[in-house]
Amino acid sequence: MTRTIHLSLDINGRRHELDVEPRVTLLDALREHLALTGTKKGCDQGQCGACTCHVDGKRVLSCLTLAAQVEGREITTIEGITGENGDLHPVQAAFIEHDAFQCGYCTPGQIMSAVACIREGHAGSDEEIREYMSGNLCRCGAYNSIVAAVREAAQATVKEKMEVA
Amino acid sequence: MRDFSYLRATSADDAQKAALQAGAVLLAGGTTLLDLAKCGVTEPETVVDITHLSSLDGIAVDEGGATIGALARMSEVADHREIKAAFPAVSESLSLAASAQLRNMATMGGNLLQRTRCSYFREPGVFAACNKRNPGSGCSAIGGVTRNHAILGTSDACIATYPGDLAVALVAFDATVEIGSRRVPVDDFFLLPGNTPDRETVLEKGDIITAISIPASAAARNSTYLKVRDRQSYEFAAASAAVGLEFEADGRTVRDIRVALGGVATKPWRARAVEQALVGKALDAETVEKASSLAMEGAVSQGGNHYKIELAPRVITRAIEQLGLKVGGLA
Ligand SMILES: Cc1cc2nc3c(=O)[nH]c(=O)nc-3n(C[C@H](O)[C@H](O)[C@H](O)COP(=O)(O)OP(=O)(O)OC[C@H]3O[C@@H](n4cnc5c(N)ncnc54)[C@H](O)[C@@H]3O)c2cc1C
Ligand code: SF4
Ligand code: FES
Ligand code: FES
Repeated sequence: MTRTIHLSLDINGRRHELDVEPRVTLLDALREHLALTGTKKGCDQGQCGACTCHVDGKRVLSCLTLAAQVEGREITTIEGITGENGDLHPVQAAFIEHDAFQCGYCTPGQIMSAVACIREGHAGSDEEIREYMSGNLCRCGAYNSIVAAVREAAQATVKEKMEVA
Repeated sequence: MRDFSYLRATSADDAQKAALQAGAVLLAGGTTLLDLAKCGVTEPETVVDITHLSSLDGIAVDEGGATIGALARMSEVADHREIKAAFPAVSESLSLAASAQLRNMATMGGNLLQRTRCSYFREPGVFAACNKRNPGSGCSAIGGVTRNHAILGTSDACIATYPGDLAVALVAFDATVEIGSRRVPVDDFFLLPGNTPDRETVLEKGDIITAISIPASAAARNSTYLKVRDRQSYEFAAASAAVGLEFEADGRTVRDIRVALGGVATKPWRARAVEQALVGKALDAETVEKASSLAMEGAVSQGGNHYKIELAPRVITRAIEQLGLKVGGLA
């Protein structure tokens, strides 16, 4: 007999209700149950970063997170980072500007990771960006452009903050 | 992954009771539990989620030392200002581990308890023989591909490496694991494989790690964690060293030195022979190199991991030199 549990998940500012087996990961809940397929499954074992999402504003791997574990937390996926009028997030824009992808499979994870990396204050130099983005692999090897995109988005964020202050 | 039932603990008592049930396992960050469940190595019947217990995630530092709740995340501890100041090696061991995402998920308690494991252990469908998974079934690694296996503390039953970084820094600075009111030094917490590689720590069924405490010391304050690996980041150690150093007032004679090794042994490995050889000595390159080589007494090569016997002492030497240079004691 398959047991299911009822979950209410807060994703991108919306409440979603679903019934799943307890073993269902956040990644599978998003992709298979909620049709939020922007989050990608690469390795399903914590080794590639393609499934990166934010939980309470922090980047995590959705393939090693149980959906049940994040009930009551605020979940953000790649679908949730664009502006209200559909404007690209500055990190998304920088990825396009710098051609920071080839096949694009790793890209949602890269972008979610980069948004958090900048927010954490870990994008101060190319070296720091490489270290703190190392959890996101790119089989196409677009690394140089990814670093350039993150650097530019980080600088733009700093500039914006200084202008506000 | 086999299905299981999910139980969210709302109090420590709750968790304790649930953890005592047959087939129950605790879920903290889940980063190694879910990984091993997906490999089919672990087949829990009940997963007891303890991440909603807020009483276990504090970090407190004073002159006496630090007490870190078992549920504190690796990233929080790594970036904690006072931990960085009083225990740089601990902070570095965490920030050089896994990835930013995993460090946001993984907890201190879960980190200690990541299995001492090897790639054969992770493939039950392909390699039936594994004394750790299935006591008495043999060891697929011995005579196989052994690049990542241990050279220290091995037995005929198991040669898997303890892969964690944090525990290496902890064992160097005499940290203790708190299990409710029980306190166990990290060195005694981890067990050698011997004939029972399935038993890796002193924990008994139902035991919950509540905190880790680290006493303050001058050596801990002047410490570093050096990790050498096959790729620059997001990789386990080929060999690593946690080193702490305190000089006498003359600024060159060693008063206290701590050395522990990771990536080469079946448990976090305190290299006391190296420490003893250096206390009271003035550091120069030759003395340090000679002392570092003492860490390899009793090392056993399996072939593929032979390089570690040369690598590990060099990692110790480099870590000591980096620290010595930083405080100006190295001649
Ligand atoms: C791709 C990848 C790379 C990695 N690289 C590194 C690395 O370079 N260095 C490194 O050190 N680690 C590395 N790790 C391992 C990682 O650090 C561990 O998976 C993590 O620290 C485990 O913590 P957790 O909270 O997620 O544990 P969980 O998976 O939640 O739990 C692990 C085990 O501990 C038990 N447990 C958890 N908390 C308690 C408690 N309080 N009391 C009693 N039992 C408890 C659980 O029941 C379970 O059996 C890597 C992992 C992955 C997936
Ligand atoms: S080394 Fe240990 S964990 Fe690896 S196959 Fe042998 S018994 Fe199993
Ligand atoms: S799919 Fe989650 S890390 Fe690869
Ligand atoms: S763009 Fe193809 S994997 Fe990164």
